[in-house]
Formats: sequence, C-alpha cells, structure tokens
Amino acid sequence: MMLDGTEDEEKFLAAGIAGLQQNSFYMHRALDSNNLRDALKYSAQMLSELRTSKLSPHKYYELYMRAFDQLRKLETFFEEETRRGCSIIDLYELVQHAGNILPRLYLLCTVGSVYIKSKEAPAKDVLKDLVEMCRGIQHPVRGLFLRSYLSQVSRDKLPDIGSEYEGDADTVADAVEFVLQNFTEMNKLWVRMQHQGPAREKEKREKERSELRDLVGKNLHVLSQIEGVDLDMYKDVVLPRVLEQVVNCKDELAQFYLMDCIIQVFPDEYHLQTLDVLLGAYPQLQPSVDIKTVLSQLMERLSNYAASSADVLPEFLQVEAFSKLSNAIGKVIEAQPDMPTVGVVTLYSSLLTFTLHVHPDRLDYADQVLGACVKKLSGKGKIEDNRATKQIVALLSAPLEKYNDIMIALKLSNYPRVIEYVDIRTTKVMATVIIQSIMKNGTRISTSEKVEALFELIKGLIKDSDGIPNDELDEDDFKEEQNSVSRLIQMLYNDDPEEMFKIIDTVRKHILTGGPKRLPFTVPPLVFSSLKLVRQLQGQEENPFGDDASTTPKKIFQLLNQTIETLSGVLAPELALQLYLQCAEAANDCELEPVAYEFFTQAYILYEEEISDSRAQITAIHLIIGTLQRMHVFGVENRDTLTHKATGYSAKLLKKPDQCRAVYACSHLFWVDDHDNMKDGERVLLCLKRALRIANAAQQMANAARGSTGSVMLFIEILNKYLYFFEKGNLQVTVAAIQGLIELIMNEMQSDTTTPDPAANAFLASTMRYIEFQKQKGGAVGEKYEAIKVSHAG
Amino acid sequence: MNYLLGAFKPACNVVITFNDGKNRKQVPFKKENGQMVTVPLFQSQENIAGKITIEPMQGKKIDHNGVKVELLGQIEMYFDRGNFYDFTSLVRELDVPGEIYERKTYAFEFSTVEMPYETYNGVNVRLRYVLKVTINRGYAGSVVEYQDFVVRNYSPPPQINNSIKMEVGIEDCLHIEFEYNKSKYHLKDVIIGKIYFLLVRIKIKNMDLEIRRRESTGSGTNTHVETETLAKFELMDGAPVRGESIPIRLFLSPYELTPTHRNINNKFSVKYFLNLVLVDEEDRRYFKQQEITMYRLQEETS
Repeated sequence: MMLDGTEDEEKFLAAGIAGLQQNSFYMHRALDSNNLRDALKYSAQMLSELRTSKLSPHKYYELYMRAFDQLRKLETFFEEETRRGCSIIDLYELVQHAGNILPRLYLLCTVGSVYIKSKEAPAKDVLKDLVEMCRGIQHPVRGLFLRSYLSQVSRDKLPDIGSEYEGDADTVADAVEFVLQNFTEMNKLWVRMQHQGPAREKEKREKERSELRDLVGKNLHVLSQIEGVDLDMYKDVVLPRVLEQVVNCKDELAQFYLMDCIIQVFPDEYHLQTLDVLLGAYPQLQPSVDIKTVLSQLMERLSNYAASSADVLPEFLQVEAFSKLSNAIGKVIEAQPDMPTVGVVTLYSSLLTFTLHVHPDRLDYADQVLGACVKKLSGKGKIEDNRATKQIVALLSAPLEKYNDIMIALKLSNYPRVIEYVDIRTTKVMATVIIQSIMKNGTRISTSEKVEALFELIKGLIKDSDGIPNDELDEDDFKEEQNSVSRLIQMLYNDDPEEMFKIIDTVRKHILTGGPKRLPFTVPPLVFSSLKLVRQLQGQEENPFGDDASTTPKKIFQLLNQTIETLSGVLAPELALQLYLQCAEAANDCELEPVAYEFFTQAYILYEEEISDSRAQITAIHLIIGTLQRMHVFGVENRDTLTHKATGYSAKLLKKPDQCRAVYACSHLFWVDDHDNMKDGERVLLCLKRALRIANAAQQMANAARGSTGSVMLFIEILNKYLYFFEKGNLQVTVAAIQGLIELIMNEMQSDTTTPDPAANAFLASTMRYIEFQKQKGGAVGEKYEAIKVSHAG
Repeated sequence: MNYLLGAFKPACNVVITFNDGKNRKQVPFKKENGQMVTVPLFQSQENIAGKITIEPMQGKKIDHNGVKVELLGQIEMYFDRGNFYDFTSLVRELDVPGEIYERKTYAFEFSTVEMPYETYNGVNVRLRYVLKVTINRGYAGSVVEYQDFVVRNYSPPPQINNSIKMEVGIEDCLHIEFEYNKSKYHLKDVIIGKIYFLLVRIKIKNMDLEIRRRESTGSGTNTHVETETLAKFELMDGAPVRGESIPIRLFLSPYELTPTHRNINNKFSVKYFLNLVLVDEEDRRYFKQQEITMYRLQEETS
C-alpha cells in the first residue's frame, strides 16, 4: 500500500510538473511579446497546478519550488510592465480578477512585491493587505506554502529602520506586525495539518508536519533580523505575541519546536531581560512537550553567554536570573505531576550547569539546586530509570568538572542527599567519578571533616547497601573500584599530626564497615598512611608538655593493632601478618619495644593459627626472619624468645629443602652488622650446622625414595652462607669447616648416585671463582681466603 | 418591365447623423444578427437632434406622400419575436408630399426626451431605442431606415447604502456570519466583506461567491424566469476552523453587468444576487443568496 501510494504520488508530481512547464512555456511567450493579458492567463493556469491535494508535503515542495522560479521571472515582467506605463495599481487589481483563489493570491503577492518596490504606496499598507488576503487559503499545506512565498518575497521589503522602504515613526511596529501575523497564521495552518486525513495515518502526518516546520520557524528568524527590534520591542510586542500563539496552539510538536526557535534565534541578552515572560510560558505548554530539553537549551545558552564576557554578570544579577530559573523549573515540574524522573533530573542538571557557569562563587545557589532536586525526588523513591540515572550522574558530576576540586563539592550539603536516591550501581559510578576527579586534579583533602563528608559521598564503594549483595559485580570490576578507593586513601594528608590522626581515624571508621571482601583492599593503604605519620612524628622531639590529647606513635600503633586485627580472622591472614611486621619495624624505629613485641606476637599467632598453606608459610616465615633481623629494639629475653620461635617454625616446615633454607636464613638473626652486641657467632654456626643436617636428611630421603641422591644445590647454598659469615669475621666459621664442606660437595657430585644438575654445577663454579677472586685481592681478605684450598677434580 | 425593376431597387440613400456625433461617446452594441457595431450613447432628458439626408438614385426622382422621423423606445419578447411594444413614440414630420429630384437634407430635433429605461439585451427580452425614418410612397413601397442608439441612465451614489449582515447555519454542522460592505453596488464597484466561521463540523473543500442575474419576463401566470451565474469567484480553499475570518474582495469590472431593473413597464425585471456557496468534500453545496442592487454610477471626468 505504501509503495503504491508512493508510486501514485510520483505520477501526480510528474503530471503537475508537466502542466506547470507547459503553461510556463506559454507564459514565457506572452512575456516575450509583452502580452499582459496572456501572461496573466497562463501564469494563473500554471499556478493552478499548486491546487492539487494529491501530493505529500515533501512532493508538494518540489512542485512549489518550480513554480517559485517561474514567479521570479513573472515579477521581473511586472516591473518592466510598470515601466512601460501600466499602472501598478491597475495591475494590482487586474491580478485579482482570477477566479481561483490560489493562483490569484500567488499573483497578488508577486505584484505586491513590485508595488512595494515602486513606492507608490507605503510598504506597510501593501503588506497588511497581502497578509490579510492570504487568509483565503485555509488548506494547511497550500496555505503554508503560499504564506511561505509571501514571507520570501517580502523579507527584503519590510519597512525596517535603515531600509529604503522605511516608513514613519511606527515603521518597525508595522514590519513586526506583518511578520507576526504571517507567523500566527502559518502556525495555525501547521497545527491544523494534524487533523487532515484518517487517524491511522497520524504518525505519517506528524512526520510530514515535522518536515515543514522550518517554513514556520523562518518567521521567527526574520523577526530576529529586523534591525529595529530592540529589547523594548522584543519585550513588549514580539515575545508576548509569539508566546501567546505558542501556548494557545496546544500542539506538542509546534510548542516544542517554536520554543526552541525562540531560544535559538534571539539574542541571549533578550532572553535574560525577558526571563520572566519566557519562563512563565513553560508551565502552560502541553504536558507531552519535552520541556526539559527546551529549558535545558535555554540555560545552556545563558551559560555560554555568561562565559563569553565577565561584563554580563551584573545583568544576570540584576534580573535575578538564577531565582527565576529555579522558580520556573519548580513550577514546570508542579504543572506536570507525572513528569518522569528523568525530566526532573535533567532540568535540575541543566540549572546546576547554568549556576556553575554563571555563579561559580555562589555555592549556596548550587546547593539550593541540589536541594530542590532532592525535594522533588523525595516523593518518588529510588530512581530505577536508566536515563534518569544518567542524568543524575551528570548532575552530580557537574560540580566536580567545574571546580576540579572535590572539596568545593563537599561544601554542598545536599550533594550526598541526592546520592541517596540513586540505585546501587549508580552510587558506585558516582563514587568512582568523585575519586577520579580527586586523582586527576590532585585535590588535597586535609581535614577529618572533609574526609568524613567525602566518605559519605563514596559510601557506595565503601560498604554494601542495606542487605543487597554484590553478586552482580564481577571480580575484576570489584577489584578496580576497590583499588580506586585505595588510591584515594593514599592521597589523604595533612601536615598537622593531630589533624592527620583524625583523618586516619575517620577513614578507619568508614572502611571497617566495608566487610571482608573490601578490607584487604582498604586496610593496607590506611596502614601505610598511618606509618607515614609515625615516621613524621618520629622526627619531632618528644614534647614533655604534651597532654594525653596529643598524637603519639603509641596511640597510632594502638589504632593500627585494632585495624589490622580485623583482617586476621577473615580472608587475609597473610596480608595481616605482613602489615603487623611493617608496624613492628616502625615501632622498632620509634624505640617502642613493647609495641614492637606485641606486633610480632600477633604475627606469630597468625602464623601458627591462620596460615596453613605451606606455600604461604614459606613466604611468611621469610618475612618474619627478614623483619626480625632488622629489629634492634628488643632486649635479650624478648629477642631470644622471638628468634627461638622463628628457628622453631623454620625447622617445622613441611618440606626438607624449605626447612633447610629457612633455618640457614635464621643464621642472620644472630649476626647484625653495626650492632656488636647482636653478634653471636656460635649460634650462627649452630644454625648453619643444623641446616647441613637437614640437607643431609633431604639427600637420604631422596636416595631412599628415588634410588638416587637429590641435588647438591642445598649444600652449595649453605657453603655460600659459610663464606658470607667467614668473610664477616665470624670466628666460629673456620677454614676447616669450609674445607670440609667443599670436600663434601665434591664427593657428592662425583657419586654415581647423584643426579646431574647443571644449575648446581654453575652455582658451584661461580662460588669457586669467587673464592679465587677474593684470594687475588690480597690484603686481609686475601690472606683469609688464601688458607682455603680448592681442589679441582678433572 | 422597367416598372418592376425599379420597384426592387433601393430608390434612394438615407443617411442619419447626429449633430454632436463626433464628440459623443460611442459604445458597442449588438444588433439582432449578432453583429457588433458602435453607436452613440445618450441618457434620459437629453436632446436628440441631427440631420437626415435623402439622395435619390442616379437619374431617378422620388414621388412621396410625406417624410417623417420617429424616435421609438421598444421592448421585444423573444418568445414573441418581431412584435415590439413601444413604450416611447415621438414623431417629427420632415416634409409634405411632393417629389425629390436631388439630394435633400432635413434637420430634426427631439427636445429633452424622456428615456426612462436603459437599453438591455437579455436572454428572453431586449429593450432598445431607435430613430426610424420613413419615406411614405404608398404602393411603390415606403422607404424605411433605422438608426440604433444606446441609452444609459446614471445614478448618484445612494444616500443610504447599508451593509448586508447575515447569520446562517445548519444545526450542529455549520454556523457562519457573513458581511458584505454594501447592499448597493455600482457596475465598477468592489464587493468587500468577511465571512466568520463560528462552528465548522463539515469538511469544507472550498467556498465561492457567485454573482447571479435573474431575468423575469411576462406577468402573472405567464412569468418566465431565467437565472445566469455571471461570476464564480473562489473565496476560500480548504476548511477553516472556528474563529477564522475570510476576506472578500471581488472586483465587478470584469463582468458585464447592468443596473438592476425593476418591473420595466410591467414587462420584465432584472435582479442581481450574491450567492455564497460552500462545497464540502463530498461536493454537497450549502449556499445563501442575498439580493444586491446594481446601479450605474456617473463616471468621473478626469
């Protein structure tokens, strides 16, 4: 059916064009021979082709354009005719003798144009007559095009200021009146189009109507081009008349389009000065009109205007633009109780953008906007509409983008209240946006109050909302968002220890609500921030007059102990152990032996009770040994307790090689450089000998299990430890011991049961080269190494 | 034989001229045979004076029983073609019985002639004015010559000329008010008016204003009426909505109109009507007819 209709239309258009061309041919012959009578006859017949009702607006436009071209030529002929003596007045009457009204009126407009140019009558009188006579065409499409033609032929002949057709004192009013009248009639015809034809084609008709909207909107453009339309005329005449027509036409398509036209074609200054009137129209529009888009565009234009020059700000203040816009938006929303949430939020988002542009220094305005938005949302519950959600994100992102400083956003008391209305996912999105803003701008957040407010804003990432799990979020996304929180925590800083401690405490309070999945991400950065503070305090002299309120390392360590404890019993004992060791080392630097001992105790408890995986145990024990080796604060008794425990743990690892390595690592616990009181060569040697026994045991086990001995790698590793301590001056490590060990290694390697191991061979070779190298150095070291005899087998 | 031959040939030439013929306005006039000629234009109360020249054919003499000229106002009904009713008859004797040997000219004059009716060529009736010259010759056959002229009577603008306002409608379908600026129009006038649409529930396709002429002839049971549509002038294309106002501007000069004639000598009347016609999309017509009076306005001399 549609195809048939289209094909039929093509035929009708072709027929119309053919008829038009034929008559224009005869018309041209008449023009060439200066035959006025025939010219009128054939031009009227040509224009009769436009009387068709068989074309869609789109096709009708094609036919119209062809007729338009011919009318240009006819107008030229009429001008020449008047120069040949034909009275323009007679001509004006003559064309009105045509029997059919549409050709008659096209001819009338054409002659009217010549009439104005002749200046034999005031432009205003001719225009007034034309705009009035065109009422004769009440068919929407034909009327629209006719008036469009009138608009075209008249636009360079309006009696404007500075125009050659300028009239008396009221000349601008005359020009304006003409355009307004034509606009009004065109809009009526345009609106009426929707009622032509069967209901089932309504959608098609609306599409067709939309295609013609420029014909109507052009009038507003013409109005804006009239030189004499100053602010007063715009305020008193143009805008009220246009808005009256817009409001009264009660047509969604027209209202939306024309409001947009008004905003686009008239100067920003005019909009600012007539804000009352313009905004007063919005609540009167049809409920189905997308007011949020139109209003948003208005606010955007005004924002850009404000940005264009600092000089215009007083204008905004003088007209109280902000309060008017706020009130208008409130009224629009009240007028449409069923306005979707997305509309409400879009309006406030645009208003906020406007506010941030025009009044960046007025945080109270921005907060007021957010407050109004909250108020409107309060009756609607959680936002579930995706589009509304996007708008909320835009609304909340606007202050961040404007100020590049979350601190300013934190001053907006309604900001967190808006967030309360979004769903879980959006809360997280906003939190992420906020954190990214802080990261990007390097915002310094330096008070506990600000931290408190900030964490309230980003609580979507800090903790689960009431009873709703994170099942929907995949692991990678979860990690990503928690990592951003971690990075945020790292950035919180204040030079003042008191304030920094408050910040830490505030963060701690918040992250502890995050649950077991989040704590592994959020506790570490907090711990390290705290330790940074400890180091800062460590650099300050002890204040003998400090009261209990002063921040002290001890206080911080107490807080840290409690904080890390939350990790202990859940999913991250290894992490907790690491953090305890970090704290212990920090306490060591502060000469706080009891605190350090407590942290080690906690670490050891975790090792014994929570870390059962053998791989994890290996890592943990080496961390313990490494950290303990650097501790210098412990007294003999505490140190003995801890070292004894460490060596005990080492010897209890599951696998012999792991045991061996851990035990020989313990040897370092008894030999700390630069601390002579912490050098016990005898116990070092005991560790090394114990390691040797374990290595031997490992070899025997391998031999029994596989029928061949294992790698000699362990022996070589132990040899290197012997050399290390020998070189360090541990007298318990004798040349004889080293010599014996080397011989043991050589024998093992030459044994038929030893598995060849290229790595071990390489390691041994480089060890031997090291010994030779040290011999050749000469001096004291050389002498010591000289005593070691290296026998080369083959 | 010679006698018979002479009887069939025109015995003489008769030429009728008007004294002010060169200065008097000439207007087109259609004769009975459809031929268009131009003839002098007179109006009532004017003097009609001129000369009649009679010239015998070469070598002939004319014996006559008297020469006279008549001014006649006549009405002819086409259903009774050839029979004229004379409503005006004036006679001037030009010569006594005698002989005419050579060209002879007679002067004539009709003073302040009452010619109350305008010349009219209609569908079923015509009214005309002629000068009739008769050379009475008894059995030899009188010589008769006619000269037509046109009479038009001008009126000043009427002192009372009310506009026509009418409110018409079809219950629950259509309700309009229309207005014509005058009830009396001169032949070169312009009809100015407006149509207000108060209720529109029919799908109007267009609206025309027609000028209709109604010619009625005869009287009583023999009355015959003929109606013509002289103009069909489209006022509106498409369907207006309530509240719309449509302008009317119809120039009368292109149309061949005559003044309204009311009961001319009890023989005929000619009346004019404006007929407002609305046509809906199913080509049904809704119309309202209103009589107007046409008059001939004295033309400006400029």
